Amino acid sequence: MGWFSKLLVPDREKSKVPQGLWEKCPGCQRVIYKKDLEKNLWVCAQCGYHFKISARDRINSIVEPGSFVELFSDVGSLDPLEFVDTEKYCERYKKSRDKSKMNDACITGSAMIGKNKAALGVMDFYFMGGSMGSALGEKITLITEYATQNRLPLIIVSTSGGARMQEGIFSLMQMAKTSAALAVHAKAGLMFISVLVDPTTGGVTASYSMLGDIIIAEPNALICFAGPRVIEQTIRQKLPEGFQRSEFLLKHGIIDMVVPRAEMHDKLMFILDFINSNQRTDE
Amino acid sequence: MAENIQTNLINLEEKLNEIDSQINKFKQISSDEGIKLNEVVEILERKKLQLLDELDAWQKTLIARHKDRPLASDYINSVFTGFTALCGDRHIMDDHAIISGMAYLEGRPVVVVAQDKGRTTEEKVLRNFGMPHPEGYRKAMRVMKFAEKFNRPIITFIDTPGAYPGIEAEERGQALAIAENLRDMSQLAVPVLAVVLGEGGSGGALALSVADRILMLKYSIYSVISPEGCASILFRDAGKAPLAAAALKLTADDLYKFKIIDQIINEPSGGAHRDPKSTIENVKAALISNLDELCKKDKNELVKGRYKKFREMGVFCSFES
Ligand SMILES: [Zn+2]
Repeated sequence: MGWFSKLLVPDREKSKVPQGLWEKCPGCQRVIYKKDLEKNLWVCAQCGYHFKISARDRINSIVEPGSFVELFSDVGSLDPLEFVDTEKYCERYKKSRDKSKMNDACITGSAMIGKNKAALGVMDFYFMGGSMGSALGEKITLITEYATQNRLPLIIVSTSGGARMQEGIFSLMQMAKTSAALAVHAKAGLMFISVLVDPTTGGVTASYSMLGDIIIAEPNALICFAGPRVIEQTIRQKLPEGFQRSEFLLKHGIIDMVVPRAEMHDKLMFILDFINSNQRTDE
Repeated sequence: MAENIQTNLINLEEKLNEIDSQINKFKQISSDEGIKLNEVVEILERKKLQLLDELDAWQKTLIARHKDRPLASDYINSVFTGFTALCGDRHIMDDHAIISGMAYLEGRPVVVVAQDKGRTTEEKVLRNFGMPHPEGYRKAMRVMKFAEKFNRPIITFIDTPGAYPGIEAEERGQALAIAENLRDMSQLAVPVLAVVLGEGGSGGALALSVADRILMLKYSIYSVISPEGCASILFRDAGKAPLAAAALKLTADDLYKFKIIDQIINEPSGGAHRDPKSTIENVKAALISNLDELCKKDKNELVKGRYKKFREMGVFCSFES
């Protein structure tokens, strides 16, 4: 859990094209006009490659405009282990906070999707690789409890390099805390839709991300417990093509559907309509 | 580098053995010659304790993984009577990294679910070095639900480097199996008592540890990632495992201070392998006292209490906006 050093470099920084008007697609290597990419929700029109996007952009792509109300935005991380590796954790965290204008790796709140109100948790890979520490675990738990109390369906969009190692055992325990909160939400007969985007790994996969009544993935997202490198080192053999990608998980019966970004809003709306209405009135 | 790291523990064991043999020698002389050498013996005992007091997180990690450390199967054979194994996940296979079954703890009927690394080479292969596949976690959950149905308390023993990272494990939903255990253990309407015996390796350990009480042996460890894994990622050098072990705060003492665990079970000086019998007795006594307290609680109280226990785990702050 947490072996995400390679994943930590965002695509946009990896590409050789300087930050500016153009972006190089890691899928097909074409250089694309940034404005076009933005219009296309950061999906390559040529090859369908889904670029990573921030939590704010993600929320805008799935909820009705202006309907999002942020909750629990004040929750932030502390450094209970006083952890130091090549850098002090508290400094690393502060940098991420300053850069992202977020307090941790997810945004929580409520929003409308079509005519349905839903509780929403959306993770952000740009904030320390979407790693899960106490603050993230607390926010996911708070929004789950909010959904239970208000009898709302819950949608969590996950993307994570795994546990935030710098918070040690506290980060591990967030897996149990969030899963226990979802058990109560499920017991109340409420729906949880888990949306997985590239990459979703480690402790986040092995807790709330896998507990959806419906699990949806974006195309070609890496979704795993153990990362490909760890597995290669353990079994000392090359991994099969497409291993641990969305379509692989669909084939093996782990997830329900693979949905491109442009169709995500409509798919979520369909599911929420389906559970909220007893009769379809539009046909 | 790895060799240096290992000799660390060998040196310690040699020193301990040396002091022990000196103590024995003086005791012998004292009784043979009728001379009072209590003071010398006391000085040596103090020296020994000092040596053990100074054990760092990495040395404790090595003790937790010691090849002669008592395994779950040793505890199962000595602590309980009438152990009868329950096998299989009812779908794919019987994962031998997990041992589970019915047993009596001084007459109390209990259900045991344990991770076991194996001692001999054949056992290690059979038990996959204590690294369960998804089927192991599903077997564990099936047996825990059996316990719930027949109102028997559950005792879990934790000793794993982690859940197995392999192709089939991923194909069959390793993450899913762990997640489901976390969710479903939180709702079990019977007492659940978890004991970390050796290595509490990340999510693979947590998946059997959503318990009402979590106990740790004095020289066991419990961590979000192995020191080696953490060193290679954050310190960019697997050889810095001792440094990572200290930074991760993974010892029983650390976790007790953090209020993550409820009790530390004492081990003989230098580790359980130096006196397995007394360790087993300590574990047995801790199981009995904790179980008897938990069994007094009603089902609702248990589930609510367990939720609250995990709900409160985490250290965070509130930024004024
Ligand atoms: Zn492309």
